[in-house]
Amino acid sequence: MSAVLASSASAAPAVARSEGVWSLAWRRFRADRVGVASLVVVALFVLLVIAAALGLVARDWQREVGVPSAPPTFVGPAPKVESVIAAPSGPLVDLSDVDPLAPKYREWAERAAQLATTEAPRRDTLPFGGDRLGRDVLAKAVKGSEISILVGVTAALLATLIGTVLGALGGFFGGRVGDFLEWVYNVFTSIPGILLVFAFAAVTGRGVTSVVLILGLTGWTGIYRLVRAEFIKHAVREYVRSAEAIGASAASRMFRHILPNVSHVVLVQLSIHVVGFIKAEVILSYLGLGVSVDQVSWGTMLAEAQSELILGHWWQLAAATAFMAVFVTAFSLMTDALRDALDPKLRGLE
Amino acid sequence: MLLSIQDLRVRFRLGRERGLVQWTEAVKGVSFDVPENTTVALVGESGSGKSVTAMSVLNLLPDNAERSGRIDFGGRDLLRAGLAELQSVRGREIACVFQDPMSSLNPVFSVGEQIAEPLVRHLGLRRRDALRKAEALLAEVGLPEPRRRLAAYPHELSGGQQQRVMIAMALACESKLLIADEPTTALDVTIQRQILELLARLKERHRMSLLFISHDLGVVGEIADRVVVMRHGVVREQGPVERIFGAPQDAYTRALLACRPRLDDPPARLAVIDDHLEGRADARAGATAAAKDPQAPVVLQVRSLAKSFRIRQGLFGGREFKAVEGVDFELRRGHTLGVVGESGSGKTTMGLTLLRLHEPTSGEVIFDGRDLLKLSGPERQAMRRRIQIVFQNPYASLNPRFTVGQTLLEPMQIHGIGGTTAEREQRARGLLQRVGLEAAAFGRYPHEFSGGQRQRIAIARCLTLQPEVLILDEAVSALDVSVQAQVLNLLKDLQDELGLSYVFISHDLAVVRFMADEVLVMKDGRVVERARAPDLLAAPREEYTRRLIGAVPRGWRPAAA
Repeated sequence: MSAVLASSASAAPAVARSEGVWSLAWRRFRADRVGVASLVVVALFVLLVIAAALGLVARDWQREVGVPSAPPTFVGPAPKVESVIAAPSGPLVDLSDVDPLAPKYREWAERAAQLATTEAPRRDTLPFGGDRLGRDVLAKAVKGSEISILVGVTAALLATLIGTVLGALGGFFGGRVGDFLEWVYNVFTSIPGILLVFAFAAVTGRGVTSVVLILGLTGWTGIYRLVRAEFIKHAVREYVRSAEAIGASAASRMFRHILPNVSHVVLVQLSIHVVGFIKAEVILSYLGLGVSVDQVSWGTMLAEAQSELILGHWWQLAAATAFMAVFVTAFSLMTDALRDALDPKLRGLE
Repeated sequence: MLLSIQDLRVRFRLGRERGLVQWTEAVKGVSFDVPENTTVALVGESGSGKSVTAMSVLNLLPDNAERSGRIDFGGRDLLRAGLAELQSVRGREIACVFQDPMSSLNPVFSVGEQIAEPLVRHLGLRRRDALRKAEALLAEVGLPEPRRRLAAYPHELSGGQQQRVMIAMALACESKLLIADEPTTALDVTIQRQILELLARLKERHRMSLLFISHDLGVVGEIADRVVVMRHGVVREQGPVERIFGAPQDAYTRALLACRPRLDDPPARLAVIDDHLEGRADARAGATAAAKDPQAPVVLQVRSLAKSFRIRQGLFGGREFKAVEGVDFELRRGHTLGVVGESGSGKTTMGLTLLRLHEPTSGEVIFDGRDLLKLSGPERQAMRRRIQIVFQNPYASLNPRFTVGQTLLEPMQIHGIGGTTAEREQRARGLLQRVGLEAAAFGRYPHEFSGGQRQRIAIARCLTLQPEVLILDEAVSALDVSVQAQVLNLLKDLQDELGLSYVFISHDLAVVRFMADEVLVMKDGRVVERARAPDLLAAPREEYTRRLIGAVPRGWRPAAA
C-alpha cells in the first residue's frame, strides 16, 4: 500500500473545487425572474426593518402629529362637522352672582396666558392618514413591519430548529426514541391549534418574546413530520450505510451526511413558516394576545382598525394590509422559486 | 415490413443558457426494419439511445424531446400521427413491456381490471367478456390459478409474476408488435430464463414481432433473429444474429462480445472495450489466472452466523423471519469468496451482518483471532477499519453533497490516518490515481461522474482505510458490460498488489466465476452448496445450483441455431 502511494503522491496540484449544489441552485434561482423580483422586494423589506430597528425611520411613530383620525392627504381634510347640538339662540344667562368661582376666572386666565404652550399645530391630513390619536399610519406600518417580520422570522427559526432536531432524532433512530417523539407529536397535534396558543399565551403573558415562544413551541409539528420522513428515507440509503461502514458516528451521519441532503426541505419549510407566523402574529395581536400595548405590529394595527372602520376611517386597515400583503406575497413567491431551484427533481426542465 | 425506422433523430431540450436553447442529441440518424414475425434486438450500453429509439415509436418520450425522420408502421408515418391516431395504435397494434414491472402496474387496481381495460377500450368487449379473456390470457402467460389471480393486486405477486401480467396485458389486443424494454433486467436469472422462453413461445404462437431492447448480449443471442448494435446514438452494426455473433464486422461489436466474462475457462483479465477499439491488446488478457496459494493464512472465519428479523403480527404477537441462518466459511488472505443466490436468498444481509451494519442474532465472526461480534466501543471502531464494503448502486452510495475529496478524507479523519490534512490529501490523490481517475477529480461532486467512475471512487474510499477484507455487494451489477470489465480488472489488480481478500456477492454466475476462488450458493438464508469455483460449475451437486447455472444466458450458439 505504502509503495503504491509513494509512487503517485508526488503531484498534488491545488485543484479547483467544482460548482457546488448551492451555487448551482443560485444560478437556477437567478434565471427565475419572478423569484428575483420577489427577492428584491423581500430584501427591501429587510432593509426597512433594519432601518426601523436602528431608529433611522419611523423613530417617533408614537407622536401625535395629526388631528385625531386625520385622513390621508390625497383624500383631503375631513369636513368641519358642525356640532350636533344646536347652539342656543337667546342671550347667555349671567351666572356670576351665583358662581362661587367667578372672581377667580380672571386671575386664572392671566396666569394661563403667562405659560407658553408648546403644542404644535396638528395637521389636518397625513400622507396616509392618522389613527384615532393622530399618529402617522405610515410610520406605524413601518415600525409594525419591524416587529411583525422579526416575530415571524425568529419564531420560524425556533420552530424549524425544534422540528429539525426532533425529526432527525425520530427518523434516524426510530424504535423507542421515535415512538416517544411520535407520542409527543400526537399530543401536540391532538389539541386544537388556537387553544394551544391560548394556553401558552396565558402562561407566558404578552410581549414580543412571548409571541415568538408561543409560535415556535406550537408550530414545529409539521416540520418535524417532514424532516422525520426524510430522515427515515435517507437513514437506510447506501451513502449513509457507507459512512457507517467507515466508522462515522451517529451524530456525524445525521448532521454531516443526511442534513445537507434534506436541507432543501428544511429551508423551504422555514420560509413557509415565516409567512405563516407573520399571519399568526397578526391574529394573536388582533385577539389581544400578541405584542404589548406600547408596541405596534401589523396585528395591533388591524385590531385598532376594527373600531375605526365603523367611522369610515379605512386608512389604517389599508396600510397594514398593503404592507403585509406585499411582503407575504413576495416571500411566498421567493419560497416557491427557492424550492424549484433546490429541488433536484426539477433540474433540466425549464 | 411491419415497422421501418428511417433516419430517426431524437434530441432533448436542456433549457436555456445565455438565451440560447441547449439541446442534446440522443439518437443521431438511426435506420432499421422490423419484419413480420421476427424478433429484432436493440443492443447497447446505457446512453446508446436504444430505449429512446424504441420509445419514439409510440412517442412515449418526455415532453422536452424532439423527433425527426420517419417511422413507418403499416403504411402510416407514426412520427406525424396525431394524438388520437397514436392512441388507437398504442396498446392495440403496438404493445409495450417495461423494465420494472412493479412500477409499471397500477397498485390500486386488481390485475384483472388492468388487463380488461384495453380489451374494453380497444376491442369494445363487455366487462364480463373482458374478464373471461383476461383469465385466458393469464393462463397463457403461465400464471398458476389464473381465476384467483384476477382479483389479486400487483403487490401480491412476485416480480416474475408481475412481468407475466405485463406481458398478458401486452397480448390482450393481439398487437402485431411488442416492444420489450429490458423486460428481464430487474429479474433473477432463473425467472429471466422463464420470461425469455415465454416471450419466444408467444411470438411463435401469435405470429407477432418483437422489438427487444437489452444491454445483455447473452440474452439477445438467445432470443433474437436480427440484432442492431447501437452506441452513442448511432447504429454500429446490424444483421442476422448468426452474423453478429459468428462473424461480427464492427470493432465495437467484437469488443462487446469479448469483454463479457464467460462461464467456462475465465481469463486472468477481461478485455476492455476501449483497448479493443483502439487495437491495443492487453498482454495479460489472454493468460489464464495464476493459481493462488491454497495455504495462505485465514483472515476471516465465520461460524454459524445467523440474522433474523422480527415481523409484527397482530397486536402483540410477532414472528421470526430468518434472513440468514447457519452460514460458515473461511476466507484466506488474497482469496475471493463468491456468494451467489437469487434475490431474497440472504446474500446482502449476510454481507451487512459481517460488518455489523445489521446486528447479527447469533454466530461468530473471527477476524485476526478476535470475535468481531463481541467487540464494542473503540475496539470495534478499530476493527471496522479493516473490513470495508462497496455497495451495488454507485449513484446512491456517495454523498451527493460531498466533493470526492471530502468523501475520501472523511474516513481518514475519523480514524486518524495520516497526520496532517496535507498528508491525507496527498494520500487521497494517490488513491484516485490508483483507481484510474484524474487528480482533478478531487474537487468535483459525484454527479459529475459516470457510474463506473463513481464505483471507483467508492473503492478508493474503502482503500483509504487500508482494509484487509472488502465486501463487494453486487459491486458491478449496476454497471455496463464494458465498465464492469474495467472495474473487475481493477479489483483483481488491487487484490494482487495489496493482498486484499474479497467477499464477492453477486447474482451473476459468470462474474463470480471470473472473480472467485470459492463459491457459496445461498437459498432462503442457508448455504446449500460450498465448493471451489471451477468445481462448482463443472459438477454442481445441488439441484438448486444446477438450476442457477442452467439459467445463465449463454448467447448465440451455432449448435442451437
